[in-house]
Amino acid sequence: MSEILKLSPLDQEHRDLGGRLVPFAGWEMPVMYSSIIDEHRAVREGCGVFDISHMGQVFVSGSGAGTWLNRLLTNDVAALEDGNAHYTFLLNEQGGVIDDLILYRLEENRYLLVVNASCVDQDVAWLEEQLEDGITLENESAEWAGLAVQGPKAPEVYTAITEGRTLPTRNGVDDIQFEGHRLVVCRTGYTGEDGFELFCPARDAVRWWKALMAENVKPCGLGSRDSLRLEMCYPLNGSDLSPLRTPLEAGLGFFVSFGKEDFTGSEVLKRQKEEGCAERLMAIKMTERAAPPRPGYTVLDQDGKALSALTSGGLSPSLGEGIAMAYLPVDQVKINTPVFIEVRGRKIPAKVVKKPFYQK
Amino acid sequence: MTAPADLNYTRDHEWVRLQGDIATIGITDHAQEELSDVVFVELPDLGDIEKASPTAVVESVKAASDIYAPISGEIIEVNTELVVDPAKINTDPYGTGWIFKIRVSSPDQVNGLMDAGSYTSMVS
Repeated sequence: MSEILKLSPLDQEHRDLGGRLVPFAGWEMPVMYSSIIDEHRAVREGCGVFDISHMGQVFVSGSGAGTWLNRLLTNDVAALEDGNAHYTFLLNEQGGVIDDLILYRLEENRYLLVVNASCVDQDVAWLEEQLEDGITLENESAEWAGLAVQGPKAPEVYTAITEGRTLPTRNGVDDIQFEGHRLVVCRTGYTGEDGFELFCPARDAVRWWKALMAENVKPCGLGSRDSLRLEMCYPLNGSDLSPLRTPLEAGLGFFVSFGKEDFTGSEVLKRQKEEGCAERLMAIKMTERAAPPRPGYTVLDQDGKALSALTSGGLSPSLGEGIAMAYLPVDQVKINTPVFIEVRGRKIPAKVVKKPFYQK
Repeated sequence: MTAPADLNYTRDHEWVRLQGDIATIGITDHAQEELSDVVFVELPDLGDIEKASPTAVVESVKAASDIYAPISGEIIEVNTELVVDPAKINTDPYGTGWIFKIRVSSPDQVNGLMDAGSYTSMVS
């Protein structure tokens, strides 16, 4: 079956830079330009930019928007102040993850949800189903471009491209006009480094991209975005998160508020919190030099019995070691428990380690 | 992309250098460019090998790629340097990035392979 892939407003820029374009969540996006390892290092040591125009932007407004969102999302919306953001989950009735997203409170009764590209349609459909009078939902995903500028040098890059402005504080968001054009700037990211995510009307994407190139920010693709987030144990929806797994099983209970009113899925989560989860998403590191672990590879216990399959895996460019994540039974596996990862019929020694893999 | 004139090539982007009855095998410059950072090479065991059977595995950050034996014979040597420095495949694909050597069962097998010109036009 052929599918028409959506093109980023930066498509031509990627091609001009030799970007390797691949299908991703219905879009054609660069997986890398010349080297995933170099791009990864640029973000850890300097500054890199990722085109995140495929991600979805959904605006929610109206009197009572916060209360309404609070019944649909796991984190406590009421705790957000104007100009602040947090990571949160949209769950199904069974407590399974529909999507993980960032919620930005632009001002009272006006919120922005930045959601995964593959989830825009189902998120919007789910939200529309629960829509209440007075709440307006606007899916503006097609009109917005996004750039994630990440790395220790990101704050100075921001100042350079905006004639002296400074970034909002961590998790802060500025919804501003720049040269007469709207710009939403958020001090958030998916790499474990300082940095910001810049959302602008699609027609302004090239202008901002070129400003970043002029500051020698390294263009980075999905490949390094994946290796950077995996080193931090940030989950990838569709791989580490699924409608069959709750945020508690994923080890992300920090982003679930049990103090607030009930929300979709909260019954299941409360029960799970009391009884404990049978399986948790754990971090696994290979303990000898071997082929990189890949999603789908089998995790075995010391007796060679299969425990589960890797949800994510790869070579950590920062550590030079194979790193992976998998849901493992908590009664059998703890930090430092030795396991094996099966690679092409060979059992490679590995062990469960503390999250994250990478620390500054 | 380079493709030295004295080598033979396969559709799977391997090169073969035949000296007497010994064939040295690696992956082409084009292949290493496509794969980008090579981070691991799984080398074959020594012994008999049939043409077209999966023999080695070259892994980049993103994916694992099988290397097929371009020729039948006996694997007599593998490049153990690649265990510590798999990136030699990127930096010197036709030299120190060689992967294994086969004592060929019949040297005329290379006649079925492409020359540099045919390979270059295939990938361009």
